[in-house]
Amino acid sequence: MAIGHEPGVGEEMSQARDELRRRRPEVRDHVTGEVRQETMIINMGPQHPSTHGVLRLLLELDGETVIRCKPIVGYLHTGIEKNTEYRTWVQGVAYVTRADYLSPFFNELAYCLSVERLLGIEAPPRAQVLRVLLCELNRIASHLVWVATGGMELGAVSVMLYGFRERELIIDIFEAVTGLRMNHAYIRPGGVIMDLPPDGARRIAKFLDTMPARIDDYERLLNDNPIWLERNVGVGMLSAEDALAFGVTGPLLRAAGAPVDLRKDEPYSGYETYDFDVPVRTEADSYARYVVRIAEMRESLRIVEQALERLREPGPVMVEDPKVGWPVKLSVGPDGIGNDEAYLHHIMEESMEALIHHFKMVTQGVRVPEGEVYTAVESPRGELGYYVVSANEYRPYRVHIRDPSFVNLQAVPTMVEGGLIADAIAVIASLDPVMGGVDR
Amino acid sequence: MNAEELAARIREGFRDVLLARDEVIVVVGRDELVDALVRLRDQPDLSFGFLSSITATDHPGREPRFWVVYELRSVEHVHRLRLKVGLPDDDPLVPSVTPLFPTSNWHEREVWDLFGIVFDGHPDLDRILLPDDWEGHPLRKDEELGGVGTQYHGAFIPPVDERSMP
Amino acid sequence: MPVERVEGHLTGRTPEEVEDEVRKGVLLTTLDRAVSWARKQSMWPATFGLACCAIEMMSAGAGRYDLSRWGMELFRASPRQADLMIVAGRVSQKMAPVLRRVYDQMPEPKWVVSMGVCASAGGMFTNYAIVQGVDTIVPVDIYVPGCPPKPEMLMFGILKLQEKVRTTGTIR
Repeated sequence: MAIGHEPGVGEEMSQARDELRRRRPEVRDHVTGEVRQETMIINMGPQHPSTHGVLRLLLELDGETVIRCKPIVGYLHTGIEKNTEYRTWVQGVAYVTRADYLSPFFNELAYCLSVERLLGIEAPPRAQVLRVLLCELNRIASHLVWVATGGMELGAVSVMLYGFRERELIIDIFEAVTGLRMNHAYIRPGGVIMDLPPDGARRIAKFLDTMPARIDDYERLLNDNPIWLERNVGVGMLSAEDALAFGVTGPLLRAAGAPVDLRKDEPYSGYETYDFDVPVRTEADSYARYVVRIAEMRESLRIVEQALERLREPGPVMVEDPKVGWPVKLSVGPDGIGNDEAYLHHIMEESMEALIHHFKMVTQGVRVPEGEVYTAVESPRGELGYYVVSANEYRPYRVHIRDPSFVNLQAVPTMVEGGLIADAIAVIASLDPVMGGVDR
Repeated sequence: MNAEELAARIREGFRDVLLARDEVIVVVGRDELVDALVRLRDQPDLSFGFLSSITATDHPGREPRFWVVYELRSVEHVHRLRLKVGLPDDDPLVPSVTPLFPTSNWHEREVWDLFGIVFDGHPDLDRILLPDDWEGHPLRKDEELGGVGTQYHGAFIPPVDERSMP
Repeated sequence: MPVERVEGHLTGRTPEEVEDEVRKGVLLTTLDRAVSWARKQSMWPATFGLACCAIEMMSAGAGRYDLSRWGMELFRASPRQADLMIVAGRVSQKMAPVLRRVYDQMPEPKWVVSMGVCASAGGMFTNYAIVQGVDTIVPVDIYVPGCPPKPEMLMFGILKLQEKVRTTGTIR
């Protein structure tokens, strides 16, 4: 597979950078006549409106030009990986969903796929379709937050309001289906926890009718906007070779010409049966990443439409095995997530064994055989991988999250050095890092 | 190549190769690590040129105590491999692979930060996730989870690692 | 959404206290009330969004749950221009000194809303890495629970804070 990219992009950038480092500002001391070098070291963050979360950048500036850049992370380190070692496997879902908080379904999906591979089971087909549907809706929601915050950071404040307005439509669907707006804990080992509500399909169909026109609005607003073009075209170039050397994946790699998408290369959860394209550009700048993400939103809408078609046939959404599947039938009621009345009657009035089984499954959970797996999914930011180790217990032995933002941030110095400080903001915006995933 | 073919191909060059759950795992000693990575990267039908992640696991009481895990991927052939290096308790040192894979810079810093495994030859081995003056390496199994108990209306719930475990 | 009338020192007073008030001057009382009204009506939050709660805070400030209905038109980036700090998200050990420094940089009068359970009490992360409640670092006026709290919950917390500000006289 040939990786196409502009020949010489990487070399030109590094030559420009070296030139800049050699050419220091010449200031002669008026007494001794010696040349003095003056650069400024500026600290940006961690509390800053434009650094996309608690990211800290140490910048060495020569006037407005960035000579060196060092990102410092760790301001949101939560100890999620250690916490999962002390909780059951299902409780782990609630932890990992808060790592990359803008794409919670992807975290849950990768974790549950890993656990299911360790258990040697597969989720029922309807559950897999629901997973794909919600993940693609989540991808659109995440890209909307990116365009909203990215636009605001570059000065287009009204894009912030439009982006969050569209996101509210998707969040309404999430709330109707899972009961929560964010951090859902909906995808669990063995399937998903609830089926669609009775009006779920109608809601999603209504969203599919409204959304394409809204994406057209974004394109009409930003595609040929002279300020947007000025701030994004030619800014933050990262060639495909550099990207792969830094481990960068996701829209940054696809904007540089490399058509790497885990949904096509290593399909999971039935993605090989859906008909969609992977948008790829070759300019490798910030504008190309914008175009790739907008195109990805449209492709996600296509996948959601196909998934919705498949949901016409009913089916189970959790695996049948009583040692694995969550024991209750939950649904979203008027006052939140509630249990099925008939099931409650059964365990409280009729059967002691059912009550004991329910109790054991909820407090202890499933026992996963010994082993280790690494599963990767294509999150909106790139390759999100989970390395899960089990020691034949009721809780994980080790969960490691390979987060795409953590790895993508390593490419920031390459993209920022040699440019202006205002371009540093555009670069970070086009990278779309989520610090919850970076620091976990 | 699928997992079986890949395992057969890897066994031609390496001794310790496992095939489990559709994944190929190669175990090497720390002195052979860099050489193994170069061989895996340069052979054209393998071409493992993309390093996804470096992490570690801690098994106190077992020998070797630490396992450093390298996840490799080939972009051309779309297959994956896991490389594991075992390290003893008293000498958790492993050569850094930053010259080969620039992406390993931050991964190795994270493993040093959370496990205390030293990467020999790393340009800048500082703490990355925890404050610079933190003492200890939290993800080791002998370090406790931390946290405080909860007191509410006369009831007391101890922190997570002191409660009865399932 | 019902707004509670909190008992303040302008209602339910004994006759001696009323005499005292009159002696202090009707003008001062009215000025006090006016200042408190102005303060609560035009609070500018400082951006201190950390994690998932920050996204809900942004949603609360966006079009649907518009916070500018209650005067929070702007989220000021500089703490020197802000009077409300909404700590939205989990505060890690590395971030704690930064939080304190931003709080110290805010000029008086200032208020703190702790949004979400992670900021209020450590949340689900009772571990080495998260500060178990920001009230160990800064004084908190209102705690808003939730993981994350819906924007309506945040709005309710802010309205409670506004009542608290409105009924706190500061001139005397």
